[in-house]
Amino acid sequence: MKNRKKNPRGLKAFLINAELIITSLIVLIPVIWIVMSSFHKGTGLTGSSLIPSVLTVQNYVRLFRETDYLIWFKNSLSIAILNAFVSVVLILVTAWVVSRFHFKGRKSGLMTMLILSMFPSFLSMTAIYTLFITFGLNKTPLSLVLVYSAGAIPYNVWLVKGYLDGVPISLDEAAYIDGSSKINTFFKIIIPMSKPIIVYCAVAQFMAPWMDYILPNLLFTGTSTKTIAVGLYAMITGNENSYFTTFAAGAVLIAVPITILYLLFQKYLVEGISAGANKG
Amino acid sequence: MAKRKVSFLISVFIWGGGQFLIGKQKMKGFLFFCMELIFLSIEFFSGYWLDYLAGNIVHFRIGIYGGFFTRGLWGLFTLGDKAGARYGDHSTMLMIEGIISIMVLALFVLLYIWNLRDAYQTGKDIDSKGVYTTSGEYLKHTLSKSFPYIVLTPVIILVAFMVLMPILFSFLTAFTNYNKNHLPPASLVDWVGLKNFVKLFKVPIWSGTFFSVLIWTVIWSLLATFTTYFFGMFQAVLLNSKHVKVKSLYRSIMILPWAIPQMISLLVFKNLLNGQFGPLGQFLIDIGVTNKRIPFLTDPMIAKVTVVLVNLWMGFPMFMIMIQGILSNIDKSLYEAAQIDGGGDLQVFQKITLPLVFQATGPLLVMNLAGNFNGFGSIYFLTEGGPVNPNYQLAGDTDILISWIYKLTLNNQIYDMAAVMCIILFILVGGVSFWNFKRSSAFKEV
Repeated sequence: MKNRKKNPRGLKAFLINAELIITSLIVLIPVIWIVMSSFHKGTGLTGSSLIPSVLTVQNYVRLFRETDYLIWFKNSLSIAILNAFVSVVLILVTAWVVSRFHFKGRKSGLMTMLILSMFPSFLSMTAIYTLFITFGLNKTPLSLVLVYSAGAIPYNVWLVKGYLDGVPISLDEAAYIDGSSKINTFFKIIIPMSKPIIVYCAVAQFMAPWMDYILPNLLFTGTSTKTIAVGLYAMITGNENSYFTTFAAGAVLIAVPITILYLLFQKYLVEGISAGANKG
Repeated sequence: MAKRKVSFLISVFIWGGGQFLIGKQKMKGFLFFCMELIFLSIEFFSGYWLDYLAGNIVHFRIGIYGGFFTRGLWGLFTLGDKAGARYGDHSTMLMIEGIISIMVLALFVLLYIWNLRDAYQTGKDIDSKGVYTTSGEYLKHTLSKSFPYIVLTPVIILVAFMVLMPILFSFLTAFTNYNKNHLPPASLVDWVGLKNFVKLFKVPIWSGTFFSVLIWTVIWSLLATFTTYFFGMFQAVLLNSKHVKVKSLYRSIMILPWAIPQMISLLVFKNLLNGQFGPLGQFLIDIGVTNKRIPFLTDPMIAKVTVVLVNLWMGFPMFMIMIQGILSNIDKSLYEAAQIDGGGDLQVFQKITLPLVFQATGPLLVMNLAGNFNGFGSIYFLTEGGPVNPNYQLAGDTDILISWIYKLTLNNQIYDMAAVMCIILFILVGGVSFWNFKRSSAFKEV
């Protein structure tokens, strides 16, 4: 590119590439810094530099020996898997009914759900907490899954409904003519036809609980029920950043698999988001 | 008397009675009657009404001896009348139980109305057509007609208890004095009507903080949305340029902030920008840009700029990817035509690209705005709302409404004022979203 720098075309190419390189650097530096910090000798934030002189895996060892990282990880993982499953089932069935059957209260019900889900939830947590205590559900992953999946319904039902509206209804009708029942049609036609959007919902709902801090912090008290987000946050607040490198190790360990998952399913996530844009 | 009136009147007192006696629909009438029985049993067997009627209870109190519904209603209206941690009433618990009992009661009221309408309809059919429909036919018809309702029942119950009930609770809290001076179970909470709303607008420290925080919330959400949107668009357009050779490499790098869990990014930035030990401050000193550490997160103005910039770092990739998708779908012949007409790059962008992108992303932009308005994480994990502003009521300079509410509830136990704020926030965000959905294509299609 350098040899074409003289003419205006070359200048333009140079500027564009320069901008992209600078932006890439700005994006990369914090990422590289946290990865390097996780291998940094020493425990605190002081002295951490972009490229440390000595690299060590001490922080990772400490993470597993001195904290309950594995327990947090197990808690978060079970919540995420359960949530992905429960949410997808609820969302898909609801979207199917809303998309294919016309019944009284459908439109207003959808709208009410959507608007209600925008109510700020901090205070509501007190009520949910009381509810869970009454039913003995607090401290079980199921309680969080119930809250997450109920919360996921409004927006995702709109999204999936929009997708299902695009699946030709003549397929259903053909099945009905052949004597298929409603449920059977759902399993044999709707589910196979909506695989992309199912993947989107499953991935999104698997991701959602990983970094949620507020809910588990409020609903779960005690060390054995902590999730990753709560554990990591506690690690760097209130103790003068003296566990910073351990936090860095924990952050890297959790961010790497999630980032890879995200990149793998990128196509579906973009599709899902654009579907949301078009369908509102 | 016409059968429809008789049938209706009997069903007013005995559910399904009209259907059973007049309409000769034994099964349907019996099912309705069962509903009434269930309703009455819940009330009678969850309370001590039978003991009371037998004269075994001398000092009768609804709060102790009432049934599920009466006790619930009593609790909701009085919020308890006996203070004390051990034997007293627990006001918020009573309120939640009250809300639940009202929700169950509403369900039975619906059943009752259905029963009345059905009794009338059954009688009318006999009056006008002389037809006696059998219960079997009716049930078969109803079951196939109400298939959607039956399938959706579990979802409706889940949403009712997990979404609606908590919202009702928060909503009602705004009309009580539930705060650190009135904390159950030690003391009782009382209804105070609109006092908290008056307080918010009349007491200077509250109204001053509220309006300052509200203004910053609006500025924040506008800046957060539009910086990410336009920078994302800018990157997408640049990446689309034919001068770029390694598109996929740039793209994979720039997508990282979107893929890394937001909370981790925010906590990383919190440390990176730490005013005392943060490496960025050190770096700026080392290269001689400044000679003292920059208070990225502790100076009111700089902190505000910082949260917007960090949000830009995290938020632009999503828009970049999305707009790239839209750009690749734009008909190439549009650009060719523009080129023939001699349009410059900027002109083509303004006249062709921008309107098309706007059109495709409009609703999402509004959703993003609403999301940033409620963007708790972006503020709290980076600055915790700080730096603390002594002129504010328990808020910091970068606090937006939602993080202020969080502090009011979790750190300061001022639930009543927080609830007032929740309602206001809900009206703002819900209103904008409602307008957005109303005019989006999805809603018109329903």
